[in-house]
Amino acid sequence: MTAAIQVNAVEKSFGNVQIIRDLNLSVAKGERHAIIGPNGAGKSTTFNLISGHIKPTSGEIRLNGEVTSGLRPFEINRRGLSRSFQVTNVFARMTVWENVRCAVLWATGHRYAFWKNVDTLPEVKQRTAEILDEIHLSHRRDVPAGLLTYAEQRELEIGITIAGGASVIMLDEPTAGMSHAETERAVALIRRLTEGRTLVIVEHDMSVVFGLADRISVLVYGHIIASGTPEEIRGNPKVKEAYLGEEVD
Amino acid sequence: MTNAPTPSIAVTKQEPGGALSFYGVWLIAAAALIVLPLIFSSGGSLTSFSLIGIAIIFALSYNILLGQTGLLSFGHAVQYGLGGFLAVHAMNAVASHNWPIPLPVIPLIGGIGGMAFALLVGWVMTKRAGTVFAMISLGIGELVASSSLILRSVFGGESGITTDRTSLMPLFGWTFGPQIQVYYLIAFWVMISAIAMYALTRTPLGRICNAVRDNPERVEFIGYDPHVVRYLAYMFAGFFAGIAGGLTAINFEIANSAYLGATQSGLVLFSAFIGGTAYFFGPILGAILVTYLQLGLTSVTSVWQLYFGIIFIGIVMFAPGGIAGILMKHRPLIRAGTLGTVIPSYLVAAIPTLALALGVILTIETVARFSGDAAINLLGIPFVATAPTTWAAAAVLVVGGFLVARITWRRVAEAWDRAATVARDRGYLA
Amino acid sequence: MAELIVISTLNGVLFGMLLFLLSSGLTVIFSMMGVLNFAHASFYMLGAFFGYQLTRWIGFWPALVLAPLLVGAVGMAVERYGLRNTHKHGHVAELLLTFGLAFAIEEIVSMIWGKSPVDYRVPAALDFPAFTVFSTNYPAYKIFMLVVSVVIFIALLVTLKRTRVGLIVQAALTHPSMVGHLGHNVGRVFMLVFGVGSALAGLAGVIAGPSLVTQSDMAAFLGPILFVVIVFGGLGSLPGAFIASLLIGLIQTFAVALNGSLASVFGPLDPSLGASPLTDIWNVTIAQIAPILPYLLLVLVLIFRPMGLLGTRES
Repeated sequence: MTAAIQVNAVEKSFGNVQIIRDLNLSVAKGERHAIIGPNGAGKSTTFNLISGHIKPTSGEIRLNGEVTSGLRPFEINRRGLSRSFQVTNVFARMTVWENVRCAVLWATGHRYAFWKNVDTLPEVKQRTAEILDEIHLSHRRDVPAGLLTYAEQRELEIGITIAGGASVIMLDEPTAGMSHAETERAVALIRRLTEGRTLVIVEHDMSVVFGLADRISVLVYGHIIASGTPEEIRGNPKVKEAYLGEEVD
Repeated sequence: MTNAPTPSIAVTKQEPGGALSFYGVWLIAAAALIVLPLIFSSGGSLTSFSLIGIAIIFALSYNILLGQTGLLSFGHAVQYGLGGFLAVHAMNAVASHNWPIPLPVIPLIGGIGGMAFALLVGWVMTKRAGTVFAMISLGIGELVASSSLILRSVFGGESGITTDRTSLMPLFGWTFGPQIQVYYLIAFWVMISAIAMYALTRTPLGRICNAVRDNPERVEFIGYDPHVVRYLAYMFAGFFAGIAGGLTAINFEIANSAYLGATQSGLVLFSAFIGGTAYFFGPILGAILVTYLQLGLTSVTSVWQLYFGIIFIGIVMFAPGGIAGILMKHRPLIRAGTLGTVIPSYLVAAIPTLALALGVILTIETVARFSGDAAINLLGIPFVATAPTTWAAAAVLVVGGFLVARITWRRVAEAWDRAATVARDRGYLA
Repeated sequence: MAELIVISTLNGVLFGMLLFLLSSGLTVIFSMMGVLNFAHASFYMLGAFFGYQLTRWIGFWPALVLAPLLVGAVGMAVERYGLRNTHKHGHVAELLLTFGLAFAIEEIVSMIWGKSPVDYRVPAALDFPAFTVFSTNYPAYKIFMLVVSVVIFIALLVTLKRTRVGLIVQAALTHPSMVGHLGHNVGRVFMLVFGVGSALAGLAGVIAGPSLVTQSDMAAFLGPILFVVIVFGGLGSLPGAFIASLLIGLIQTFAVALNGSLASVFGPLDPSLGASPLTDIWNVTIAQIAPILPYLLLVLVLIFRPMGLLGTRES
């Protein structure tokens, strides 16, 4: 079976600084995969490389077997990969409803259509309503996204990410800055919404990581030093030494 | 460019009968367009209405760029002017070949001209948004305006190219010689264009344009290429600008290089922005006001363009939502029933603000008429530009008005906060 | 021909240095504040008119110092009371504010000084031919302009390399996002930079006024060319702005001096073809297309090198 995401020997340099070196990563279909590592290890860069936000200096990235390195973000998105952002990245002046609806439009085949009334497309309407329901924002549907609370914006961010129905979902620190209760809610949400899909997640909160992930990769200085099940990672001396220390116990 | 922070925005609640009031607005607009010339039937008002109608289409087309897609263009008159030139050439060709094409179709040809130009240069221009797009649009504008003076056989040099709108085949007995017939032709296109442009905002493309305006980076991660979105928006804007240009050519029976120029591009930007770019109807208000002022002020003062500049600067600094933004800001207060608590503070603030405005006007007119015709008539009071008493009056009005106005507007802000808090509690404001 | 080349090169370098006096300020302001100052050419025009008026009142030499200072003060006021209050509404609002200002300044200038050119003359002390090339007398005033702009250029370089503010400006040019971390005096730095940029534009106006035409449309004429210069050179790149200024200065000057057309090279077209765009293009002289050359350059740059000559940023 081909992997959902296959990263082969990817390198990325900014000027003379090498941020990512010999990155190899394989995420199986349907797997929940967490990437952890200390600050500045290159987790966000890895996300940006896989989602097409930046291009690798060398190496190859495959999505469901197809080479995607070098493609633009929207081309990769159309091939079934969707990502969220660490810093909330929504459409601030549009309502919650419109935010989600925009994310539904391409996947439902309406693309750049200028001859259809967007308000009367039944499948768009239904799908948007479902997503809003799932992220518990139906009661806020007519509020401009810029006016939502922080936690609500994070949930909307997840909603936009999954709305297109991508088979591979990448979430960049979805619970950053949330309270304990909000985090629990968000984790339950993520677990439910990514059922049957492939999930790649970057997260600092170790309880989230170990509670959610099937497999974990540890990234240190732009290189993956270990990849395995939570138990394997917990017991890996290299990981303990390089990064986790007392955080894993 | 980063987006402006979001101000508190009214919550739009779903209302029953929304569709009815929606179609009602369009029907009222159509009825008004039909009835207007019957009430004000003088030649002067017919001309004004015609110009306002064209300005409305032009300003709405501009807002496809600025308000809907977040593209600030300093060269929108290029598509307008090229539409005008193509319309003139089309009219002359139709007349000389006796083709069975009636005049009301001609604006469509203008629109196609505007769109064709956008198709040609748009892909390179819309590669980037923000400041770069603004500068490129300015450069392309200058390029076309200057080139039009060189290609004399197409653009007719300084004097332009003339045509005769009555030389086309009549339609239902209408020759379009009299201004009233031209007015109805323009009114027809105003309705068609406004409905079409409104409909465009309700399509998938229209919604994605808004998304590109708010956050072009994120759009790439929901499957869209923002470059394509901007390109399409640019073409639609060019199409409707071309229609406006074609109507101008019909109205004046001439197209010249001034249609393409920076002044025309600046005026449409003023119209759209003063009216308010965040709402569909904003540019309509702006187009009416700017055209009306343009026609009205030229006979009163020689420096009318300066007043435009000052109004524009004032709107940019103090009410960037434009007139529509100011109006819509009050909607939640009206619905929450708290507007009454704000109005007294408005009335108080109006007095010093008016004094300040009069002072500024007096100052400007004093400078403008210092050498030459020194007589100034302000609200029926005669002033002499060279008299020290006039200078003193202007200074007192400006300084006094400013100082008092500052205090009273602070009171307005306080009253507003209280009223908005109540409105928020009642659920009309997010 | 040799005469034409020498004179045009001198004039072209001179025009280029003038352009750089303007584009350097525009580039630095854009890099630091993210604002494309539409009114920058208007400050140049204000410089010319202040220079003209002050020359009539107190003579050219005091005006040469005073007028740029006045323009700088106007610029600082614009930053302090205009841009700073508009900043919260975003960059589009800031750009529109400067656009409105440019419009208003042109109207105010034509209201006070009229729409026709004013009689702003070269000062008597500099009104003599500096040297003669072949048969052309080269005016001393132009040499003076060249000297002033070169002196300012060197002064700018020294300021950038040696002073604290210069270091901040340099940092801002390479890392625009870091400007916000300059600390509590960021407002004062902005005001200072905006003031100095405006004053430089004003100085360019004072010295260019007597040589070129001092008229209320001079800003509208020069402004778009300035934007071409900074896009062409690469947004945010001072060396780019310098090269682009000289290049456009030279191209413009040479184009104006050349009278050739396709018709003069290949002979006139067959008159039986009649009037068409082809005959228009065939007969137009290089001098006539000089005004559109900068914009043609702009289009070419956008197609082939969208970030400009030395630019590193896409926008």
